[in-house]
Amino acid sequence: MSSKAVLEAHGLVKTFGHVVGLGGVDLTLYPGEVLAIIGDNGAGKSTLIKCLSGAMLPDAGNIAVEGNGVSFRSTQDARAAGIETVYQTLAVAPALDITSNLYLARERRRPGILGKVFRMLDTPDMKKHAKNHIDDLGITTLQNINQAVETLSGGQRQAVAVARAAAFGSKVVILDEPTAALGVRETGQVLKLIRDLRERGLGVILISHNMPNVFEVADRIHIQRLGRRVGVITPKSHTPAEAVAIMTGAMTLDPAEADGELAET
Amino acid sequence: MSQALQASSTAEEIIKPRNTVGRRMHSVLHRLPALSPLVVLIITCVIFSLANERFVRPENLSILLQQAAVVGSLAVGQTLVILTAGIDLSVGAIMVLASLVMGKLAAGGTNGVLAFAIGFLLAVVAALLNGLLVTRIKLPPFIVTLGTLSIFTALTLIYAQGQTISLPSGTFLTWTGDTIKIGRFGLTIGVIMMLLLYAVFAYALRQTAWGRHLYATGDDPEAARLAGVRTNRVLLSAYVVAGAVFGIAAWILVGRINGADPNAGLNANLESITAVVIGGTSLFGGRGAVVGSLIGALIVQVFDNGLALIGVNQQYQVLAVGILVILAVSVDQWIRSVKS
Repeated sequence: MSSKAVLEAHGLVKTFGHVVGLGGVDLTLYPGEVLAIIGDNGAGKSTLIKCLSGAMLPDAGNIAVEGNGVSFRSTQDARAAGIETVYQTLAVAPALDITSNLYLARERRRPGILGKVFRMLDTPDMKKHAKNHIDDLGITTLQNINQAVETLSGGQRQAVAVARAAAFGSKVVILDEPTAALGVRETGQVLKLIRDLRERGLGVILISHNMPNVFEVADRIHIQRLGRRVGVITPKSHTPAEAVAIMTGAMTLDPAEADGELAET
Repeated sequence: MSQALQASSTAEEIIKPRNTVGRRMHSVLHRLPALSPLVVLIITCVIFSLANERFVRPENLSILLQQAAVVGSLAVGQTLVILTAGIDLSVGAIMVLASLVMGKLAAGGTNGVLAFAIGFLLAVVAALLNGLLVTRIKLPPFIVTLGTLSIFTALTLIYAQGQTISLPSGTFLTWTGDTIKIGRFGLTIGVIMMLLLYAVFAYALRQTAWGRHLYATGDDPEAARLAGVRTNRVLLSAYVVAGAVFGIAAWILVGRINGADPNAGLNANLESITAVVIGGTSLFGGRGAVVGSLIGALIVQVFDNGLALIGVNQQYQVLAVGILVILAVSVDQWIRSVKS
């Protein structure tokens, strides 16, 4: 292990009545790596990231950020700890414009009395930063940041959600199916964004069904099956076909491989 | 060869999105939801002033504003609730209950300021009850306020014991009925308060984080929650702040009728919703502007006043308002459906 984990989870359990969402899942994420999470429908991928992003409270288990134990009661808590999430549903407010969405729930106020007493938003400043930020990320599909999000295409909305996470995530960015609704070129842009985040030393968690994407961009691949982690592999150690086989239960990993330690060297 | 080229260019033309009038109108209305009611207001004002020149006289316009003051201020609070995709059927009942408490206390010798403060607090608490039932027990706002409408109305009647209360002018509670002359215009303090309420909430909704969160929560509560908005807190705040507005509306009502009457605001519940809807705010939440509700309240009064001036049966006013409500909701559907 060359560096300390930026995000660690041990024994996460989450049940929904009789349904076991997570049956004691471990997860380790290092800074500057892309960890893909794959698994069939109902394998617990979404539940896992909801627990990591504060959208859901696990019934049992520990989560640590940079070695310090945390307990996220809301997405705000996770964000405060430096974890940003792009949900599959995108979590954008359709009627608000791009800038308002980027800054939703972390609006900036004017300096001085206007901001302190009259709680006035610093709209020009937010617009300027939003514009700069989108340019920095090389997102060319968003032309007019005053546009309402509902007037955007699926790919453009995705870009807004990813830009928001990239702009504010200081340690970890979690992306749930970020390319599911995208065309070839837009997918390429999102994958490039993911690599840029890794370059900046962030830990990236990518949930995806798209094996070519996963094998193209991931450093390690965490495989979920029936609410448990059945193994951690790398694109070098296994082929996509083997990954699918493990995911569906057609193939099992040795315990030594399954705990993920081999893959991390 | 040239024919083939021509064919491809026509295909291009067909596929290319055209900037039609409808499309442009859609995008303008999308940004400015209060624009279509404003156009309606201006057109009706022009028509009525052509039909009877007394309509535009300052004296008449002053009366029109005074008549709109009570429903107009209720509509401010109603707008807040409707923006969260809720609805408050009990606004008038809360106002009348508060006004009766204010009036009865003052008539019984309580200091006017204290009487106002107690009535105002009661309005806030009543609205808080609505908000708690919506956010904690997760009941639909329609059902909650349908229930509290009956409860508050009954409490009002029980408390009033069939009495109406009249207060002498010149007291604190009837101050809202005092008139300030500006040229030939006579604005009551109540009208000025209503306009101030609109100014304050236009600012709060557009320029503060609270306003953004209110829109986001009404638009898509789950998305707002995931983005980090404390949606339950925002919802509750909308009801409570609306309650404060109803408390002020109660004061305006006392000044307007120089007292308190348990039967004064019978139609105010629905009239406030009418004003908000005609004003272009979407009943599905997340869309609209508070200034639209002022325009909506004025449109209703203009019809009322204008038709009376030209000697048309008052029932036509009710008919016209009904048609406007249907039109306004249709326009809203259109704005929300087509993507520009």
